[in-house]
Formats: sequence, structure tokens, C-alpha cells
Amino acid sequence: MDITFKDVSYIYQANSPFAHKALENLSFHIPSGSFVAVIGHTGSGKSTLIQHLNGLITPTKGIVQIGDYQLNAEKKPENLKELRSRVGVVFQYPEHQLFDETVAKDIAFGPKNFGISETEIQRRIKEIVPAVGLDEKLLDRSPFDLSGGQMRRVAIAGVLAVKPEILVLDEPTAGLDPRGQREIMDMFSSLHKEQKLTTVLVTHSMEDAVKYADHVIIMNKGTKYMEGTPEEVFTQREALNQVQLDVPEMIQFMKAFEGRFGHAITFKRQSIPSLAKEIRQALKGAESLE
Amino acid sequence: MNNAIIIGQYVPGNSLVHRLDPRMKITIIFLFVIFVFFANNVLSYSILTVFAVLTVIITKISFRFILKGLTPVWFLIIFTLILHLIVTKEGTVLYELLGFKIYSGALIQGFAISLRFFLLILITSLLTLTTTPIEITDAIEDMLHPLKKIKFPVHELALMMSISLRFIPTLLQETDKISKAQASRGVDFRTGPIKERIKAIVPLLVPLFVSAFKRAEELAMAMEARGYQGGEGRTKLRQLKIKNIDIFVLLVFLLVVTGLFITRNY
Repeated sequence: MDITFKDVSYIYQANSPFAHKALENLSFHIPSGSFVAVIGHTGSGKSTLIQHLNGLITPTKGIVQIGDYQLNAEKKPENLKELRSRVGVVFQYPEHQLFDETVAKDIAFGPKNFGISETEIQRRIKEIVPAVGLDEKLLDRSPFDLSGGQMRRVAIAGVLAVKPEILVLDEPTAGLDPRGQREIMDMFSSLHKEQKLTTVLVTHSMEDAVKYADHVIIMNKGTKYMEGTPEEVFTQREALNQVQLDVPEMIQFMKAFEGRFGHAITFKRQSIPSLAKEIRQALKGAESLE
Repeated sequence: MNNAIIIGQYVPGNSLVHRLDPRMKITIIFLFVIFVFFANNVLSYSILTVFAVLTVIITKISFRFILKGLTPVWFLIIFTLILHLIVTKEGTVLYELLGFKIYSGALIQGFAISLRFFLLILITSLLTLTTTPIEITDAIEDMLHPLKKIKFPVHELALMMSISLRFIPTLLQETDKISKAQASRGVDFRTGPIKERIKAIVPLLVPLFVSAFKRAEELAMAMEARGYQGGEGRTKLRQLKIKNIDIFVLLVFLLVVTGLFITRNY
């Protein structure tokens, strides 16, 4: 499903002394099947943005279009349940939403609410539990007995079990150890590739954005600051520094390399081994000249 | 989450009412609540109403915001008025509809009681609107100080109060977050039969309790780690001090009260 924002503004607690503008005239388009990273400083409106994606809040002004589903200020949204079954949201620290007696029941909670049959749910649990890196033995345990990382995986499984068409991730790896972070991000990445899942990733990590996203939106003070492919966005160091963001380590390294050896490497989202190969080639070339 | 409720919410500002000593505010409001019941005619009610309205104007908080915040109470006020219209049978008959009589006495009394209600709630909500929870607890601790002589745990009580007050917004935020997360998983809190809606509360309450207990434990640990030992020998960052302006405001209030008692007999 495509996602389109058109001149969206959102004001918290409008008409009170606490009125606070979180989004202002935000417009962008996310085509179906893409992997988009939304990056911004704390308070830039990222969390408000994602709450529009499944109708948790409706815009104060403007139009949000998700597939053929439209949210606007005038009309009270109908059929939100259907929208929510098609847009899965993994919130920040999703393990806080666990509540049921067993892991299996908790994963089944979402699909059950959306009216999926019991046999189908059981089939999906069997499929998803290993995919998120959980042991099937844990299914009968209480979710509160698990470790933080395991709880996070259970919560993610609960969202994936609904089989959404759009997956929204709000800093899904915050607070995990480096290995857990990599495992979970790789899992989302392969889901995106295998099932053509439209993925919206809210993150602070430039590294994740470079590694996984094919499109980047930079937010600042409730508006879109920059947009484009990672190649376009991350090479504009000055502009990023203006909003307290930095370019990914790889680009920092390339710049430093250029300064030291006078050889420019173009950033084309190459992996670290292929970058190493390029560097070796470049240095060899310099040696043979001497 | 619920934008309509303002009771217990603090609106930052720098007005005379904001700067008043919290003990003075509590005292005046306490007395006002008592004296509201002494008003018995149009003149005495007007004095109290003018006093309340002027106080609101001084705070510079918009009237519309306060009135909107009292929405849940409006129901109570209107209910009181209607109840009086039906039950009270005093004075002359003003209006008759299908054998149902509305008396003049009922109308007057209904209005008086509703106004009393309104003034009470208006003035008490002003306390929390213009005073930070910390100031209120400090004031209460200070005012309860004499009870220490009979071994009443004043400091502990004040600490309990300030901790609970401190965590109300946190818990509301948490509730909002969890209810949004569960709504995303297909829970419907707003529509559907009552039975279903009550069942929908479980996935909200369990995580809320879990995180509240966790938070309490972490707080206790952090306090102990920083050597918290209770009130003995503790000094205060904010010293409460009665200033001239506080005395002045008290005098103005006493003037209002005198006016009330004079007009009572007219």
C-alpha cells in the first residue's frame, strides 16, 4: 500500500495553554514495497508521524492517504480496525505491551482481535516464532519470565502474526545489545525483501538507515527537512549538521581517507568488505605510480 | 490523553496568584470553601462571585480553558439544578406543564446551590492550576508540622503525596502509550458492547501495573542509593516565607469576608 501525506499538520491539545504543534505542512510519498528510514532529532515529530499511519490520531489539517484509506480532519475515521490489521506498528519498547499468561497467547492476541481463525493463528505462530529468533519451548512460559531481548521478540512476533502489509518500526532495537540489534534488523530486512513489505523505520542510527533503507526522510521541528536516497541525503554533511545529525561513520571515514590520501571514493552504499577492496585497489595504484 | 480534564493540572505563569505563598493560598481557599455556605442572598453571592472571577482574571489563565476543563462537573451542576426544580415546593407557582409545577423558590434555590457548587470547584481548581504539586506538598508538610508532637509521620506523608502527584502524569503517559499499542493490535476501547469494552481493559491494566511496580522498585532503589533516610535533619531547597504581598492578599480576603457577613443581613 502506498502512503501519502499531503500538507499534514498536527497540534496536541489545541485551544489550550498547552497547545503544541508537532507537525507542520508535512508532505511526502512512500511507494508500496519500499524501505523508508525516518530520521530526526528528539521532538522532531517522528512519533506523531507514525501515529497517523494507522489512525491512532487524525491530522488537525491535511490529508493522510494509506492505500485507498483516507484520514483527514473533517471526517471521523471509520473502519479503523481494517486499517490497523493492514498496518502493523512496533512501538518503542514494545515489550511494555505484553500482558497475557503465556507467550503463545500474547502473540495470538492481535490476530484474534482481527478475526483470524484459531488454526490459522497456530500455523502463523509456528512460522513466526523461529523467524524472530525465539525458542518454541518458550511458548508456554509467562512473557514476564523472559529476558528483555526475548520479550522484545515476543512483542514483535505479536505484530507480525497479523501479517500486515505495511510495517512501522519505532526504534525497534533501542536498548538491545549489539548482536540482538543486528539480528532483529536483519530479520526486518529479510521480511521486507521476501514479502515486499512496505517498511517505515524510525531511527536515530545513521548506520541502520544506510544499511537497510532505500529512501530517507529527515525530519526537523515537525517538517520535512530533507528527502531522497541515502546516497543523496548522507553526502550533505553541512545540511545534516545543521539539525544536529551526523553523516554515517562510513562516509566520515571516506572523507578522512580523501583528506589523507587525496583519493576520493564515491559513496554508493557499498558493504565494508567491498569498501576495503576499493581502498586496497586505490592504495596499490598509488604505490605502482611511485 | 484526555484533554478535557484539567483538575490537578498546573499551568505555568507568573501572576500574583502564582507567586502567592502556597500556605496562604491553601488557607484562603479553605476559608472560602467554608464561607461559600454562609452566602444567603443575591448581594452576598455576588461578592463571592466577583471575588472568584477577579482571582481568575488575575491568574491570566483563559476563562474558556477553565470552563472547558470543568466539563465533567457541569453535569453535576445541571443535575443539581434540575433536581431542585422537581423536588422543592416553595414560593409561588411560576409555570405549569402537564400538572407539573415549577415554584419560584425552587428556581432560586436551584440556582443558589448550583452557583455554590460552581464557585467551590472554580476556586479549588485554581489552587492546582496555579501551584506546582511540589509547592502544595511543601505547604501541607509545613502546615501539618505541629502534628509531629504526637508522632504523626508528617514528612513521610508529604513524601508519599509528592511521589504520587509526581507520577500521575507519568502514569497517564504510560496509559496513553499502552492503549495506543493495544489499539494497534486491534483492541477497540471506544465502541462495542459494554462487556467487550470491560474485557478490553485487561490488556491495558496488566502492563500498567507491571510498569508501575517496576518504577516503584527502581525509585526506592535510587533513593536508597543516594542515602535517603527520611525527614530527620533534612534541609529544604525551597524555603517558604510569608511576604508582605501575602499579608496584603489575606487582608483583601478578610475584607471580602466582612462584606459577606454585612450583606448577609440585608
